[in-house]
Amino acid sequence: MIQVKDLKKYFPVQRGLLERVLSRKVDYIKAVDGVSFEIKKKEIFSLVGESGCGKTTTGRLILRLIDPTSGTIIFKGRDITFLRGEELRRLRKTMQIIFQDPYASLNPRMRIGDAVGHPLEIHGIAEGQEKKRIVFETLKKVGLEPPEKFYNAYPHELSGGQRQRAAIARAIIVNPEFIVADEPISMIDVSLRSKLLELMKQLQEELELTYLFITHDLAVSKYISDKVAIMYLGGIVELGSKKEIFSNPSHPYTIALLSAVPVPDPSVKRKRIDLKGEVPSPINPPSGCRFHTRCPFKEKMCEIEKPYFIKISEDHFVACHKPFSLNINQHYI
Amino acid sequence: MIAMNRNNLLSLENLKVYFYTEEGVVKAVDGVNFIMDKGETVGLVGESGSGKTTLGLSILRLVPPPGRIVEGRVLFDGMDLTRLSENEMRKIRGRRISMIFQDPMTSLNPLMKVGDHIVETIMTHEKILREEAIERARLLLEDVGILPERFNDYPHQLSGGMRQRVMIALALALKPDLVIADEPTSALDVIVQYQILELMRKLKQTYNMGLILITHDVSVVAEVADRIAVMYAGQLVEYSDVNSFFNKPLHPYSEALLESIPNIQLSDKKLKYIAGAPPNLIDPPRGCRFHTRCPYAENRCSEVEPQTVEFERRRFVKCFKYLR
Repeated sequence: MIQVKDLKKYFPVQRGLLERVLSRKVDYIKAVDGVSFEIKKKEIFSLVGESGCGKTTTGRLILRLIDPTSGTIIFKGRDITFLRGEELRRLRKTMQIIFQDPYASLNPRMRIGDAVGHPLEIHGIAEGQEKKRIVFETLKKVGLEPPEKFYNAYPHELSGGQRQRAAIARAIIVNPEFIVADEPISMIDVSLRSKLLELMKQLQEELELTYLFITHDLAVSKYISDKVAIMYLGGIVELGSKKEIFSNPSHPYTIALLSAVPVPDPSVKRKRIDLKGEVPSPINPPSGCRFHTRCPFKEKMCEIEKPYFIKISEDHFVACHKPFSLNINQHYI
Repeated sequence: MIAMNRNNLLSLENLKVYFYTEEGVVKAVDGVNFIMDKGETVGLVGESGSGKTTLGLSILRLVPPPGRIVEGRVLFDGMDLTRLSENEMRKIRGRRISMIFQDPMTSLNPLMKVGDHIVETIMTHEKILREEAIERARLLLEDVGILPERFNDYPHQLSGGMRQRVMIALALALKPDLVIADEPTSALDVIVQYQILELMRKLKQTYNMGLILITHDVSVVAEVADRIAVMYAGQLVEYSDVNSFFNKPLHPYSEALLESIPNIQLSDKKLKYIAGAPPNLIDPPRGCRFHTRCPYAENRCSEVEPQTVEFERRRFVKCFKYLR
């Protein structure tokens, strides 16, 4: 359904007046620096990484909320990279987004019914009574019942979880095919998260949706995804099926991430990979492999040559000069 | 109520903290009894509205208006902190009991160099020469993993993880007996979080201070704490050592909580969720606060509040299932 090829997004660094006058040199934040992957129809594809890795920017690029610097985005066989105007507007009916913060993504002055029904108006799908009927139906679908009660409520009268359901309702009401969910549960109480995840899964089956699920939470990604891509400093370091990534992680960063996730079991003692240092600046990413400055296994080549994807199996790719074999990394998980 | 002995560090007796708001009285902390020992690390766990942050703040008398401590005692080193004057509390804060907050950026002075934060703190409370304070600050920063060359940096020049390390250094500067950390790693990425938790484990050994770690993340508690205290709707529903707790939680809420979190090491267990919603603290449910969402609820649960029972030695639970 979605194909992304060598996608890049460089943001120019803001400079003060004096700087701009004195020097021509512009620095760029290489937020997304050559990302390629495919999402199949009805797949739940997770983009996983720490803050600043470029996952949110990638999501926005695919939805064409921002323009790419270079690269290609193909949606259902059609190149949408530089789509504009009316064509882009029509495309929006098929692609929607759910944001992280259910307190910020709903207009506090708009009743839920109006907010959820708004996309129907924008895309000229329905108005008046017909619109109301569809909104009621959609509110029921996301579990906001009785719909009359929620139709007339304001966001502040709802809990975080309910607000997020309203945001989901707003996203699905136009019958999209593809949804980007950007950290949709990280601001929800822990004991209520799985309820929302179940809803999203249920809607996926009912409405035949395809998801790009953006998260920093590996455990959640393991629970919900079909495919996972691990991002670091603007690039994908490992990509594969959920099963492959979690049972056979091969990139040192993936393994470090997995071993850093706290586990609700104090008796577990794990060997961990300790990463030194911090994530480098995306304005000046390291030469060669972007991870080499922190990699405990780095060699000379890693500083010089950028690694390309090595195919570990049909469903598993790693961008590393010396990816782990099955034996070595068993200890760390 | 259990009397304090020489090993005890802090004892809360029937502590109640209410917020007097326009909508009504929010019973944020409603009758908490709690004892912890010297050198112990207690994970205080709860979701939004559980009262865990308010509890942490109330120990240091930092509850903002319209909240206040309405009843109960906070016993520390032979004193009831609720009875002290503001001046006397100032001598305790930072020095005997210190606090680490969630967002390091808003807690650090953006105009003050990182090293100076610590120097100033030391010099405010102790009569020593500036050179001595600087030396101590350097060692402290080294202890928390900040390189000496960053002593003169400003907070904005540091990453989130490093700023949190500075906060930890500040909290330890005067060698307190107790540190209260409110969600110290929630704003941090997974790898940085792991490093900070490692740091806290190491510092526990060196400084042997008591630590109350307030968090919504039960897994973090498993990593660092000796004991776990679970809060729900302003009350302590379970308090036990971590090993027993994770092996077999007692309170139905604890059980449900553990069943709702994904464990990255286990393959695909079905995640459950807790039906219903967290209760209204202005008008909490009658009887046991959890009964409306509890799979084991019986008639008496909706009528009378259960007492806290000592199920095993030092394992406490507030639930009728365990009342003989």
